[in-house]
Amino acid sequence: MFDNLQLLFVWAPIINVQVILDGIFVGAVFALCAYGLALVWGVMNIKNLAQGDFVILGGYLALVLHSWNLPLPVILVIVTIVMFVYGWSIYALIIRRIVDKDMFVSLLATFGLSLLMQQAMNLYFGPEVQTIDMKLPVIDAFDNMVTIPYSKIISLALAGIITAAVVIFMKKSRTGQAIRATAQDARAARVLGIDTDRVYAFTFAFNSALCGAAGVLVSVIWVIQPFYGITYSVRTFAIVTAAGLGNLPGVISAAFGIGLFEKYTGMIVGTAYEVAAPVMILLLVLIIRQINMKRNRQVVR
Amino acid sequence: MMRRSTFITYAGLGLFGILGPILFPAYTLSIAYLWMMVLMASTWDILGGQMGYNSLGNITFFGVGMYVSAIIQIAIFYEPGVREYTSAMGAIKPEFTDQQYYWGIFLGIFGGAIAALALSLIFSTFMFGLRGPYFAIGSLGLAIAAAEITVTINYVGGASGISMPMFPGDIEFRSVFFYILCFILAVLAHLVIRGMLSTQFGLAINAIRDDEDKAEAMGLPTLIYKQIGWGVTAVFMGAIGAVAGNMAGFIDKEVAYPVPTFGIFMVAMVLLGGKGTLWGPVLGAIIFHIVKETTWTYLLGWQWVTLGLILIINIVYFQQGIMGWLQSKYPEMFGIVVDQSNINQEKKES
Amino acid sequence: MNDIIKVTNVSKAYGGVKANVDISFKVKKGSITGLIGPNGCGKTTLFNSIVGYHPIDEGSIEFDGNEISHLRVGDIARLGMLRTFQQTKIYTKMNCVDNMQISVSHRRNSKNGIFASRKGEIRERAEDLLEFVGLYSKRNLISGDLSFGQQKLLEFAMALMNEPKVLLLDEPTAGINPTLINGLIDRLGRANEELGITLCVIEHNMRVIMNLASHIYCLSNGKMLAEGKPSELQNDQRVIDAYLGGH
Repeated sequence: MFDNLQLLFVWAPIINVQVILDGIFVGAVFALCAYGLALVWGVMNIKNLAQGDFVILGGYLALVLHSWNLPLPVILVIVTIVMFVYGWSIYALIIRRIVDKDMFVSLLATFGLSLLMQQAMNLYFGPEVQTIDMKLPVIDAFDNMVTIPYSKIISLALAGIITAAVVIFMKKSRTGQAIRATAQDARAARVLGIDTDRVYAFTFAFNSALCGAAGVLVSVIWVIQPFYGITYSVRTFAIVTAAGLGNLPGVISAAFGIGLFEKYTGMIVGTAYEVAAPVMILLLVLIIRQINMKRNRQVVR
Repeated sequence: MMRRSTFITYAGLGLFGILGPILFPAYTLSIAYLWMMVLMASTWDILGGQMGYNSLGNITFFGVGMYVSAIIQIAIFYEPGVREYTSAMGAIKPEFTDQQYYWGIFLGIFGGAIAALALSLIFSTFMFGLRGPYFAIGSLGLAIAAAEITVTINYVGGASGISMPMFPGDIEFRSVFFYILCFILAVLAHLVIRGMLSTQFGLAINAIRDDEDKAEAMGLPTLIYKQIGWGVTAVFMGAIGAVAGNMAGFIDKEVAYPVPTFGIFMVAMVLLGGKGTLWGPVLGAIIFHIVKETTWTYLLGWQWVTLGLILIINIVYFQQGIMGWLQSKYPEMFGIVVDQSNINQEKKES
Repeated sequence: MNDIIKVTNVSKAYGGVKANVDISFKVKKGSITGLIGPNGCGKTTLFNSIVGYHPIDEGSIEFDGNEISHLRVGDIARLGMLRTFQQTKIYTKMNCVDNMQISVSHRRNSKNGIFASRKGEIRERAEDLLEFVGLYSKRNLISGDLSFGQQKLLEFAMALMNEPKVLLLDEPTAGINPTLINGLIDRLGRANEELGITLCVIEHNMRVIMNLASHIYCLSNGKMLAEGKPSELQNDQRVIDAYLGGH
């Protein structure tokens, strides 16, 4: 454990560059799905525990499309569209009936959905760890101490483009405004003639599309496996809990923060804690928030 | 005074509990698992149903009880210690005498329960400031974290697990022995919960469920009630975990922290039977177990998908569960008084 | 030691909105004190500060000679100061008797154990108090099925069950059928006289508060505007202006 600490800060501080870059790469992906969760949570009060499984499903779709030799941007567009439709149908089948129910219902229903998706993917794609090899060159810098694959740079750029598109969409478009209005006060929005059911359906489908896009990037820069979904769910919950709802800059910075934290713990204490790390972060965030609330004579709710 | 229907229910379940393994010896272990599930559902309902704190992490206590019991059983009677025992896995297994084995398992159950209780008290210091979804997600996080941390501890065999001491008797006696343990623990849990709910404690946790802010404003020391509720849950989950570990014969992360199976089964069973009722969890567990045992083998790999579907359909279309549905349909059967005049009057007013 | 509640120079702001500015306020032991003021003048904020729903920015709040401004709701309630809510809060899925029984005092010296039996003395007292507020015939109903006025009465009875030293009532007559109001005033007076509970009442109904209270404070725009006996305030031009929208 301390060997790695020395490596980071004494022998080869340049490795920090690698860790930070990796943290930024994964942070960008986390930001996408965390923003999606913040959206469904804020707009329709659904805590989607299947968030991570949407990501993994997007990844598998990308894998299939890649095997047909399609280029990455095309894959991204197709997966986004398919996941949008998927999200819409999940909304129509399940979420519509639990929108106005108490919170545990949404949590448990989406947990059931998560189990179902995991197992279905496991049956269909098999339990092996898979990845998309883009066969792109890798940049070596600082005497081969730092390696930056092109695929990661491309996916970072794509994540940036998607985020920018989402921001513009939410600010400028009519649908985006309807979503924000519904988030603030669903009843008032309904009175003013906004079809909230459609807004909900769109929001959920939109979230699903965002997760799908994140999944494509994950399958390119990382690995996917049917049961990895839960770690993404846990991470997105940690990010949203730390940043609060409806706070895009907060979500993005928290996402990068968690990406960095995770990469550093992975470096220092070893990969055995890869799954434990995001969970620990979540618990830590919850505890810190509790202490803050206690100071205000309040609780976390 | 006990009502007649209650008496018949107890007599029927008691008879089934005693005669079950005698009449259907081939299913002894299966019925043992049934009692285990009854226990899990009943204890989950203390917090989830009666108090409104939906925990997805009760399975943590199960796993901790299992591991602590294993450590106790091995450490007391095996000189070189637990680390040697696990690293020597696959080599000769030490022979425990009958006496050593039985002492070990009883101390193990006891120790597992105590360890789980201690853990629940530690958790309660930082978990009960969380409400609603945060508590549910946080407790799920605890279960996942516990499982992942266990894997990194080499003392208990890390990811490769521990194989438990061999049962000294023959295989049929083994089934009956574990059956009796499960049955006794389930009955004990039910009676303890029943007793607790009939006192002021039962009212207090119902009050916390209905409106915790009001309960606080009335000066109810809510934390103590939550700690007791979770503590009782933990004691029984720890004890049954110790039994389950010995029943399985081999323990590792998957056996000790089955978050996607037992961790979710217990919630599903309570929802199926009706949460917040004494008999709902028992009924739900029995139905769930029977359905699972009869259909599981025909589904060949699709059983988990089916489970997810059952969970979703249960939650989306049948939230109140069987007992909840009966209560709203025939309230007088449950001693709930409905004032028709009052309801009619309200209808006129509105 | 005659003042059971002593609020000194308390200020509280929400973001930029100053809800309470430099408020001082006293409640005499055994009295009925009124708190009036136009909507949004900070009465409920003051109540919330006193019983511990949020931290205050400045000042001090003493209860029975002890500083309580750092304590939380539960601790303050266990010292013997309770409040009722403008939007009635009861345990809606339990029946009335159960609502009453769980409202027993949880102060340190009380004998009400965690695993105490539900029968016996507690139950008798619960039924007596339901009789006192006129809900005895409804005692076995699920409290959520009661009408709003009945729920208010139940909440009041629950507060009495707790045997508080001080009871803060937030608009006890709002939403109550006018024919029930006289009964409620009578019950409040009797609770004060017979059970010795100090009352502090926020009220908009002037007839009610003028009959009930012995001393009245009037808030306006987060500041203490006037105080005095009911007869003094009735003729105070500032109070009349505040109510008629002089601002």
